[in-house]
Amino acid sequence: MIAIVDYKAGNLTSVRLAFDALKAETVVTRDPAVVRSAERVVFPGVGAAASAMANLRELGLEDAVKEAAVSGKPFLGICLGMQILFEHSEEDGGVGTLGVVPGRVRRFPDVPGFKVPEIGWNQVEASPAATKGESGRQPAAGGLRGEYYFVHSYYAELSPYTAGTTEYAGVKFTAMVKKGNLWATQFHPEKSGRLGLELIKEWLAC
Amino acid sequence: MLTKRVIPCLDVRDGRVTKGVKFKNNIDLGDPVEMAVKYSDGGADELVFYDITASAEHRPIDIGMVGAVARAIRIPFAVGGGIASVSDMERVILAGAEKISVNSLAVRNPQIIADGARAFGAQCVVLGMDPVKSGNAKCPSGYEITTRGFREFTGMDAVEWAKRAADLGAGEIVVNSVDADGTRAGFELAITKMIADAVGVPVVASGGAGRPEHLVTVFREANADAAIVAGMIHTGDFTIREIKDAMSAGGIPVRMTW
Repeated sequence: MIAIVDYKAGNLTSVRLAFDALKAETVVTRDPAVVRSAERVVFPGVGAAASAMANLRELGLEDAVKEAAVSGKPFLGICLGMQILFEHSEEDGGVGTLGVVPGRVRRFPDVPGFKVPEIGWNQVEASPAATKGESGRQPAAGGLRGEYYFVHSYYAELSPYTAGTTEYAGVKFTAMVKKGNLWATQFHPEKSGRLGLELIKEWLAC
Repeated sequence: MLTKRVIPCLDVRDGRVTKGVKFKNNIDLGDPVEMAVKYSDGGADELVFYDITASAEHRPIDIGMVGAVARAIRIPFAVGGGIASVSDMERVILAGAEKISVNSLAVRNPQIIADGARAFGAQCVVLGMDPVKSGNAKCPSGYEITTRGFREFTGMDAVEWAKRAADLGAGEIVVNSVDADGTRAGFELAITKMIADAVGVPVVASGGAGRPEHLVTVFREANADAAIVAGMIHTGDFTIREIKDAMSAGGIPVRMTW
């Protein structure tokens, strides 16, 4: 069973519908016990890091999500769900996050000609880091072969687990993380057309 | 590099996609879900649906259609028309739309922008605006905001309204030129550029697209982040592929794989 974690961080309809399109059965849940017993966990999210962390705690989900992310079972973070896997976010004046992936999340700098939030389709490059070091045991994501749909004002720095990178406002940032069966994307695979769906399909096979 | 978006616009009337000039002489073009799939498969980066009769008839937007579109396509889409409250916005979002477009409602009640942004995030709230060239002294940019399908003049300056809406929390602004709408003679570059340069959020050019070169020009000269196309593709005169080929040849970053 695939658990989609609902921690009041945005609309989960698109995520659920993408799995429906792949005929993968999901359950949208706020129950830590369901997250713990799920074979696979999807951790989406839009919105602000501090309120997301507060909601996780209030719902008693923080430990269950963290355990799932380090358990070795397939885990897919999306957008804010990727960012709060890192150690810290600058959002809302700074907030400690789950710390499953080393690195920090920062706001895009003000650069003339670059609107913030970044909204739209941007190129993702498979990262050389994905073929080396600890994360090198995983091949670079085969799905990373074009543009994916992004909506974000904050970005995650590069990390040893960065499997794909993207550039915006003069910054090269983490577009995708792979740490064993833990995958996470800054972009929205559920809204990235055929390529996004193929990425989810690959994750379903891991 | 972030690509420039090509966004087909589908005006929906009584459950069918229609196209008219300046909101008149509407002709039937097809089923909204079938057209959404066709354009998504054809390379559209996003779609926008306007339920053009919902507002005028004081009825809510067709949520069943929104849900059917969300099940059928895997690209973002926005929905406008017939939105009267934050709870209307919520129904549209829960049905699977990414963005809600508010226009006349936001002119009457600008607070809806702030309320929507607080509830769902700024990225969900799109301000649509219909500026027209105007000699009104209250409009120093030379463009005045109209509402209700170009029927009412508001005395509001287009650039000032765009800045205020962005401050209130609009995550994106669609500039639909009344003068260019339906002409297929090219986008209104002046007001698009004025607004694109005045606000920190993405600006979508709308109204007047008739040939692929028109998109090259609006991206190159008016700093638009995205552009809406309607008649030129609905009639079959051009495909999204042809538009994107022209953009690519013109040096505009564009998504070519889908």
